[in-house]
Amino acid sequence: MEVSIAAAEAVKQCNVDVISAYPITPQTHIVEKLSELVANGELDAEFFCVESEHSALSVCVGAAAAGARAFTCTSSQGLALMSEITYIASGLRLPMLMILANRTLSAPLSIWNDHSDAMMIRDCGWIQFFVENGQEVYDHVFISYRLGEDRSVLFPVIINMDGFILSHVIEPIELIEQEKIDQFLPPYQPLYRLHPDRPITMGAYALPSIFAETKKAQEVALRSSMPKILETWKSFGDMTGRYYSPIETYKAEEADTLLVTMGSFGETASVAVDQMRKEGRSVGLVKIRLWRPFPFEAFKKATLHAKQLVVIDRAVSVGACGPVASEIKAALYGESIRPSIYNFVAGISGRDVAPSDFIKMVDKAEVEIEEGNREGFEIYGVRE
Amino acid sequence: MTEKLNVFAVRTLTQKEYFAPGHRSCQGCGEALAVRLVLKALGRNVIIANATGCMEIVSSPLPFTSWRVPWIHVAFENTAAVASGIEAALKVLMRKGRLPKKKIITLAMAGDGGTADIGLQALSGALERGHDFIYVCTDNEAYMNTGIQRSSSTPFGASTTTSPAGRVKMGQVTWKKNMAEIAAAHKIPYVATACPSYPIDLVQKLKKAADIPGPAYIHILSVCPTGWRSAPELSIKLGRLAVETGIFPLYEVEYGRYRLSIDFPKLRPVTDYFNLQGRFRHLTKEAIEEIQDRVHQEYEILKERSKRGF
Repeated sequence: MEVSIAAAEAVKQCNVDVISAYPITPQTHIVEKLSELVANGELDAEFFCVESEHSALSVCVGAAAAGARAFTCTSSQGLALMSEITYIASGLRLPMLMILANRTLSAPLSIWNDHSDAMMIRDCGWIQFFVENGQEVYDHVFISYRLGEDRSVLFPVIINMDGFILSHVIEPIELIEQEKIDQFLPPYQPLYRLHPDRPITMGAYALPSIFAETKKAQEVALRSSMPKILETWKSFGDMTGRYYSPIETYKAEEADTLLVTMGSFGETASVAVDQMRKEGRSVGLVKIRLWRPFPFEAFKKATLHAKQLVVIDRAVSVGACGPVASEIKAALYGESIRPSIYNFVAGISGRDVAPSDFIKMVDKAEVEIEEGNREGFEIYGVRE
Repeated sequence: MTEKLNVFAVRTLTQKEYFAPGHRSCQGCGEALAVRLVLKALGRNVIIANATGCMEIVSSPLPFTSWRVPWIHVAFENTAAVASGIEAALKVLMRKGRLPKKKIITLAMAGDGGTADIGLQALSGALERGHDFIYVCTDNEAYMNTGIQRSSSTPFGASTTTSPAGRVKMGQVTWKKNMAEIAAAHKIPYVATACPSYPIDLVQKLKKAADIPGPAYIHILSVCPTGWRSAPELSIKLGRLAVETGIFPLYEVEYGRYRLSIDFPKLRPVTDYFNLQGRFRHLTKEAIEEIQDRVHQEYEILKERSKRGF
């Protein structure tokens, strides 16, 4: 099953009320499938092909504020246009789901995959997952709605899936019976909704005398969603046997060198790790699944024993380094003994990164660190 | 005739206030008055999506609110889209039995900047999609909230902070964008212009908009003493003069049929309206003549359409 089709199937199984989207590659297969499901009466939802992504998310905000379960998906420039509203959806604490088929931001224009779009809205206050394969995409649709709608959470959620690499790939996906979903995900019962029977004001403006208080409330709430995230993964695992965690490790225990990846890199990197292990090298893999709220503790636990981390970013903060690497440096700074960090930016604009490339990057990083370059950063594989 | 009957019609207006007093608008604010009347017309079963702008700022400083009906502000340019989402949610939740069935009006409100400039795309999209909602543009003819900058709805010749009357330029050099006509071009069921100086006409139009299924667009001229450099106590009079000079004709387009709400055998000269406002103070005789000609021309076209019906 194509991953995009599975994603649409999951959205249908969540009995979503309002869907609003605008066409952009590589997200399109999801909305195409959803419109088909609505057209065939398999999903009872209001579906709007709006005139821009800005409106797509605005429709979701209006719908969520009125108490509906809303869904949108986009990529790249579409997210850039939406970005204004991403901050507002979170500030208004409106649960909804966005699937982001990650794609490069222009210029130059490129329809292919990297994480530059996701990094642009890193601080927007949504719960943000990076998934590794199609099964994770499918599963996280249910997880996201249940989590976001929980009254102790009330945040919108983004599932980042690598454009084309995941969105267009066909892989075996285990679907879940509807009865189980209905049990796992009850209909959305909003804490507040726009309704004349109980008038409320949403989206008031704040003067400096009160803004910081509201922002802190949001920050504390997002941070405090961590136990709920773990709990939701746990109940999902109990239902399906598929347990997820914020940080996933692969042969990482007692490894001297750890590759750190996010998104679909993980599976390829694990092949590289197997190969290097066969050669007797002490290399493991750490995968970040939860990007916001960032799992500082789990990340430290997974990496502090290592001598070096080779962090592979799929986006570049132009003029600085890879955004994941800078996050990790910040996460580990407080530790007196911490691994060296070498940062590669690889696979931007969908350039293929094979297991052999991961091995080359580990080779290079180990040599550089050995030579004393503890803060290395480079864009990998550039022809010069 | 209608004018006379309206003296009694005022008593049919509800005494309930859904836009509470104590908001922070300027003295003589035509927009606040328009909003008050709009809500009186629509009653309590309404949900409002409000664009960023004067009305949002004066009414909702955390933790206060002037809104006695459910109200949301999201951003500047997306009010029509937010309203679309609200309307869609109500529809689907009632269909699925998760909300009790009853008529709830979705109302989108924005100023002229949020409508004719930055919000035009979202508005056009929502009108085209055919949502059952009312869009009210309260037009005070410039970005008053940010300090009187020109918009595409600012009238020709008006001096604003970004179209100032200078030594070589005479204020706004472009003609006012005709939003009601743009809305009507979407072939939506109902389009009307209104002004709080004609309260009963305004209320009747809002009620009609609420009754007609599908999108309705109401363009309300809202006198702004601060931005128009006029005396606050003249706001009602200025609204009347805008209509009586033919500068802002009151009309409606119902399923494509034009009808002037109030017609004047003879229009007053535009100077009657201009002379009470500082923003036109600098206009030369020639400029005024040019405007006067255009006003007459456009009024004639409208009158013709009204006679013809389309």
